[in-house]
Formats: sequence, structure tokens, C-alpha cells
Amino acid sequence: MTQAAPSLRDRAGTFGLSTEEFDLLVSQIGREPNALEAAIVGAMWSEHCGYKNSRPLFRFFPTTGPQVLQGPGENAGVVDIGDGWGVAFKMESHNHPSAVEPVQGAATGVGGILRDIFAMGARPFAVLDSLRFGNPDSPRTRFLLNGVVEGIAHYGNAIGVPTVGGEVTFHPSYQENPLVNVMALGLLRHEDLAKGTMGQVGNTIVYVGSKTGRDGLGGAVFASADLSNASQADRPAVQVGDPFMEKLLLEATLEAIQAGVVAGVQDMGAAGLVSSTCEMAYRAELGITMNLDLVPTREDGMVPMELCLSESQERMILVPVPGKEQDLLDLLAKWELDVVTIGQVEAHHNYRLTWKGEVVCDLPVALLNEAPKYTREGVESGEIRAKRERDLSGVPVPGDLGAVLTDLLSHPTIASKRAIFERFDHQVMTNTVVVPGAADAAVMRVKGSGMGVAATSDCNPRFVYLDPYTGAAAAVAEAARNLACVGATPLAITDNLNFGNPHRPEVYYQLQQAVHGISDACRALNTPVTGGNVSLYNQYTEGDERVAIHPTPTIGMVGVLPDITKRATLNLKGEGQTLYLIGEHASSIGASQYLETVHGLEAGHVPPLDLTREQAVIDATLHLIRAGLTDTAHDTAEGGLAVALAEMAIAGNTGLNVTLDAPQETRADALLYGEANGRILIATTNPAGTEAALTARGVPFARLGTSGGDSVTIALPAHHVHLSVTVSALAHAFNTPLAEILG
Amino acid sequence: MKTAVIQFPGSNCDGDALHAARLLLDEGAQFVWHTEAGLPTGTELVFLPGGFSYGDHLRSGAVAARSPIMQAVKAHAERGGFVLGVCNGFQVLTESGLLPGALSRNRNLHFMCRPVHLRVENTSTAFTGAYARGQVIEVPIAHGEGNYYADPETVARLEGNGQVVFRYADNPNGSLNDIAGIVNERGNVLGMMPHPERAVEAPLGSEDGRGLFDSLARAGTPAQAPA
Repeated sequence: MTQAAPSLRDRAGTFGLSTEEFDLLVSQIGREPNALEAAIVGAMWSEHCGYKNSRPLFRFFPTTGPQVLQGPGENAGVVDIGDGWGVAFKMESHNHPSAVEPVQGAATGVGGILRDIFAMGARPFAVLDSLRFGNPDSPRTRFLLNGVVEGIAHYGNAIGVPTVGGEVTFHPSYQENPLVNVMALGLLRHEDLAKGTMGQVGNTIVYVGSKTGRDGLGGAVFASADLSNASQADRPAVQVGDPFMEKLLLEATLEAIQAGVVAGVQDMGAAGLVSSTCEMAYRAELGITMNLDLVPTREDGMVPMELCLSESQERMILVPVPGKEQDLLDLLAKWELDVVTIGQVEAHHNYRLTWKGEVVCDLPVALLNEAPKYTREGVESGEIRAKRERDLSGVPVPGDLGAVLTDLLSHPTIASKRAIFERFDHQVMTNTVVVPGAADAAVMRVKGSGMGVAATSDCNPRFVYLDPYTGAAAAVAEAARNLACVGATPLAITDNLNFGNPHRPEVYYQLQQAVHGISDACRALNTPVTGGNVSLYNQYTEGDERVAIHPTPTIGMVGVLPDITKRATLNLKGEGQTLYLIGEHASSIGASQYLETVHGLEAGHVPPLDLTREQAVIDATLHLIRAGLTDTAHDTAEGGLAVALAEMAIAGNTGLNVTLDAPQETRADALLYGEANGRILIATTNPAGTEAALTARGVPFARLGTSGGDSVTIALPAHHVHLSVTVSALAHAFNTPLAEILG
Repeated sequence: MKTAVIQFPGSNCDGDALHAARLLLDEGAQFVWHTEAGLPTGTELVFLPGGFSYGDHLRSGAVAARSPIMQAVKAHAERGGFVLGVCNGFQVLTESGLLPGALSRNRNLHFMCRPVHLRVENTSTAFTGAYARGQVIEVPIAHGEGNYYADPETVARLEGNGQVVFRYADNPNGSLNDIAGIVNERGNVLGMMPHPERAVEAPLGSEDGRGLFDSLARAGTPAQAPA
């Protein structure tokens, strides 16, 4: 007895399509698709390419402003920094590949985002990595952390783009689903801004870079599903990177753009050849025909499905300016790259592929690019609401608050990341004027202009977990404060929305609320969203248990320093500086790292966020730095005021002596370790001038004390608390953990 | 001092080398592509920059050492012209036989990027005349394969001749005798793992690398350099 082969409709799931989506496809094209067409639609409609669950929420984002040269929709956003210079920047995730194969997963994450940057005509000049792992003591975390660090080093160091910053944090929710979000920045002259378009009818389509292999097949679909033990079998979906090839591609692409011979350019990222050419055709509102027989291949016998959806790395599509075709080919030949003209732009609106003389795909370009959109119903998890509303008044104040300080400093989320960033070349290109660990953001100079570009990536997932709206808005505010702390005016953001499975109402709720939080904060702080990336399905299923990551909307923010000589770092600059807190003291231990680390509780309200106050604190800090009143500033984040003060002391190898004047009703542990928003610590040698400036601006502030001595001493007179720990003991606690985890 | 910065596919400190050379030695310093057969007329200093030439395929610097331009660089060195190889440039110099020894993987097997302290051991070379003997300077390293090795006779000869020009104050990578940089016997070819071109401007944290370029400028044309 023979069984009939399952119909394409029955196999829709293997292409990443639901049965409903398959039926929708059939009704739109008026016929059954063939298997290749179904696979192409599945890839283009995947969350990774089509944003079908997230796009309806994007309309809330503010995306415009005088500083925006290129908003969302291109390979990367671009902001104007003045003097004819622009900065292209974007963040992208490589979470799923890194969970399965951390070295190559992270390496190709770097490679992919760099291509997005130079596809805009910008020379990449900085990379930041936002990395999140599970329990730091587990062998899996060590394996993943070491692999990811090795992958980033392997790729970034070799291609010669400095890795200048980022975050590395640890929380059990990332145990199976680590997050690897990579942000890259590139510099361009306004006139070199390139676009991912096919241009006009008659243009040719040039494939350049690595040959196409069978690696990374179906990566976009892979990245749009939950992970499970079976994911190990998806290893072929993880691509292998070659930074040497990418370096050639980078130089060749920039040379071609600057020579004026390129009408359109895009990298082949997720869903490979298909998504790049398809998106370029869509932007040009034209059709194309490509001959798949011409695609350079790494091995014989590759079939259209593989040629179309392979995610082999280091490949680009270039569209020459009409009449300059040969100039482009000659220029690329100098770089010894594989170059083939594989198709042309035509006066119809279809995406047509031929193979061995047959048309194997013929679908409307618009259909491929307009994935169905799903607006889902979000419902807050009752469990999380209960955690947020939990009464924390019964949490005891520890007897030894000094021991808490060393405990927090040695928590791997807070501890020094030096062991990691010393494995990355953070100085190549000789622009890095504020190196990793020296301040709250990295600063790169723009040679010959006096200006600097600052960048940071931020998110406190515990805040977002307990209150997605306020938590996501707080991530934007923290990023802006971090830029202010180096002396940079915040300009714009890119976001990387890492969430669980959006089909679960409690996850969709988080996504929805986070988007609203980001939107409102970006509007208030005048930092439009210029692009980003969505990574859903960061959820692990084992048996009946579904473990979703903490919602993590990572914010990558870029700012400008008009004059790099007016900048600040977080280290105390010797004895005798006066320390100020701009903003107000914390009044709660809710949602803090302290509460989790010391009391084992993730609970309470996220500290309130007043965006008007945030702007005032940022403006005041920038004024002090630019007026020469301070060169020392630090944001208070995880671990609160006491940890921030300790970090300034450790970095400056100088003690400090401060008094926190606050009423007895406020808990001592809240004053020390609470994580209030809207606060920045500064140190100055001109207290009178500083106080006058802050008073004139009407910003609340508190004079805390002075730098000096060999201990961090903090007194809370109303609470009869006096803690004092030597800087060397604090430094030991701070500097040791990551080196040990890395091994 | 007329300077040529050699570009191999995969060089990534080429721009930094050019920037430093233009700032301190030669406003007209220029790149020379690896397929060229000759150097620009009048070249006095050849700068082999850092990076991952040819993606470090085979061995670091091995493929670049066999590229067409290296014949011209060897001839330049034989005529007494100055050659400065930094990081991958040092690796190219040992691979091409212009300097003895080899650079193997760092003792800890990891890439390292951090400032290190170097002791200037010999100030009678054209590269170090502006420093004081024994002076300790701060210059960044950024490499995975900087662990200098040579056979005992070679090391003894280097030490005896004063060819060890820079020594690590705190050896980061396992190099024999803490060697960070050496010259050839004639003193006109210097290879070093640390990056002096990254330490020539105050905003970058150290200006201690300036001395090297100032020394070259002071040494004048190669014909006047100590033989």
C-alpha cells in the first residue's frame, strides 16, 4: 500500500507558513505556488524578514527629526552630526545561532551588521555588543560566553573595526536563550549615502563576494521559532564567517560607492539572495529577473531552494549606475572578489527567477514584501503583576551594608568587563578617545573635525519584566544619561526587541507595552527611532515547561560631542574633588539588583520615570561638562548610588567620603542601593560654579562629599549607618569575577 | 621623510599608519598596493602596518611576505632605506627574512588589547634616537600572535649587538627575553608588536609613540642613518 505524498499545503509549516498563510498566498496569486515559491514566501514572511507580529506596533515610534538623514526601512538609519558628516548605525540580534554555535553565531552577527553599515556607504568605525547569559556558574554559560567572546574577537579584530562597548549581564531567564545583540556605527559624507534600491528599468544586478554554499539554510525561519533540544540538529542553519573576505568586500563596496558607480546596494543577510534582491526591487517599485544558473556556488548540484535561501556570509548585491557597469566590474576585480551579473531590472512588478531555462519563481514583489500583519491581544501575566505589587516593607535591612557593597560589585552583571574587552581590539582606527570601561559610553573622534561620536547600548531587563512600559522607557532614558555622562548630545536610537513567543498573550503584552514606552521616551528626549531589529521566539520548551527570556528591548543610542576636548569619564581625578548627585535620592528598593542579589526577590515597582526631569538632568550635565565645570560623570544604574560611587573610586584609584542626608523614613538600603531614574553623579574642583549652574537651571541636586583617602566611606546620619570599605578591597571584588568566568 | 605605507588585502592598521606618518613625518605619505612591483621614487621609509594580511592564512604574515611589493621592500632595505613593521608588519618582516625569529601565539592563547610599558633599550638606532636609554614608554598592544621566539644563538646575537630595541616591562605574551621590538644588524629595519602609531596624540591616551617618529625625522634621509 502506498501513501500519497503530503500536499504542499500540508507541508506549509516546514516553510514557516501557517495553513491560513498558505491559503492567503494561493488566493493572492490565483494558483498553487510551487515548493520554491512557498519557501521564498515563508522566508520573506518570517518574523525576521517580514516583522508580521511587530510591524503593526512600529507606527507608534517617532522616526523623524531634523537630525535624521535616513529613518527606518533601509539597511541602517543615518543621523546628521554636522560638518557634512553622517553616522549610520543599527543593532541586530544573532541570538538563535549563538545559542547553538556561539563562536560562529557571534562572529557572523558582527559580520552581518557591518555589511548593513557599509551598504549605506559608511565606513564602520565602532561595534558594541549587548550580551546576556544565564547563570554565570553553569558550564553552559561559560561555554556560551567564551564562544561568543571568541567569535566577536575573531571577526571584529580581524576586520579592523574597534569593539568599543556594550553590556554583559547574567540572569537565569537567558540560560537556554542567550542574547547576542550587535550594534555597529559607520561614518559617511552626506553625498556618499547609498540606498538599497534596484534603481531603474534596464539596470543590471551584480552579485559580489563569497560563493553560495549550503550553510545557513533557512536561517530566517530558524530564528523565528522556539528553541528546543532538537535545535542542535539545526547547526547547518548557522553560517560560518570569513572576516578576511568581508574586509575585501567592505573596501571594494566603499570604493565603488565613492567612485559614483553604484546606484543601489544591499547585503545578503537573513534569507540571503532572495530578501536582498526582493527588498531592493520593492523599494524601486519594479520587477526583476535573475538567472540562478549564474550564482557562484561552493559545491556542485545546488538546487534553486538552496541558491535562494542560503545565508552564506560576505555577499552583497550591487546595482551599477547605467553606463558604469564595466567600471564597477573592473574596480571589484582589483579586490579579487567573485563578481557576476546575475539579472536585470524590468518594467513589470514580479520577482522572477530562472533555472536551467525554466521560470522557477514568478511572484509579485509587493506580495513578498508585504507580509500579513498580526495585531494580537496582549494580556498581562497575573504572576508578574503580583510580583510588581508585592509589599516590600517586610524585607529586612541587612546589618552589614558594607558587605552588600562588595557583594554587588562582584555580581557578574555589575563587575568589571575588562577581561572581556581586552580580548577585543578597541583602538584600531585610532579614534577611540573614551575606551571601554572608562565611562558610561564610548567616544570616537571624527578625525579632522574636532567632533566626537558617542554610543551606548542599554536595557535593564528586570525593569522591563516587572513593568514593560516604564522599563522600556527607562532603557531609553538610561542610554541618554549615559551619553550625557561623556558629554554627548543624544541624537537617535536603534532598538533590538528581544522577546519570547508573541503568540502567548502575556509576551505580546510585553512587546506592545515596551514599544509604547520606547516611543514616549524617544519623543520626550528627542531621539527618534531610525531602525532596529526584532527577535521573537526567545523561548525554550522542555517537556511542558516554556521558559521565555526576560523581555529585553535593547536600546542603542548615538550622540555627538561638538568638541571632544569637552568630555567626561567616570573615574575620580585625584583628591579634593567635590561630589554631587544631580537628581534625587532613591526612595525604594523595588526592582533593584540589590533586592535580587541579596534577598532573592525580583519584585516591586520599577522606580518612577519623569521624562521632563530626565531631560533637565541631561541638559544640566552637558552644561557642566561643556562649561568646563566637570570632567567626571557617572550614571547610577544597577546597584544604585553606592555602587556608582564605588565604581568612580575604583576607576580613579582614589577614595571618597560622602554623607547622604535623607530622612529616616527612607530605608537605608534604598538610599544606598535603590535604582532611581533621573540621577547622575558628578565630581568637580569648582563647587561654587557647579552649584550656581545647577541652581540656575532649577535641577535638584545634593552635595555629597569629597574625593580622597583610600576608602569609600558613606555615612547616613539619620539612620546611624556608616560604612567604609577600602578601595583595594572594592577593586578586588569588582575586577575578579569575569576573569574567573572566562577562565 | 617620504613614506610609503604598504597595503595588503586584510591590512587594517594601514589608515592609522598613514595618519601617523602624515602627522609626524610626511604630509604626502601614500599607500602602495601589494601588487605593485616598485616603491614610489624617493621613498625613504616603508611602513608595514598591522592587520590580518590575507586573513592570517597559512601563518600570520606568510602570504604577504611573498607578495610582489616585498621584493621592492627587500631591495629598499638592502640599500639602507628605513623599514618599520608594526604588529602584522613585524610578522611580515620575520616571514620575509628581513628580521630573524618568529612570532607565535600569545602564552595565554588569547588576543590582547591593552596599554603596555616598554623599556627603550637602545637609543642609537634611527628609530629611537629621541628617547632616553632606559626610558619607559606606554604604547598599546593588540595582537594574538606576538610571542617572540628565536633560537638561542640568534637571541644571544640580538642581545650582543644591541638589536633588542624595546623590551616589555611586564611581559604580556611570553616573548623570549621580554622582546617587544628588534632591529636588523644594520639598524635600518625595525619590527615591533606594540603600536606606536596608536600613541601619537593625547586624546588617544598616550603620546609616547611620538618619539619613534621624531627619531626618524631627526635621523634624516636613510643615507645619513647609522650603518
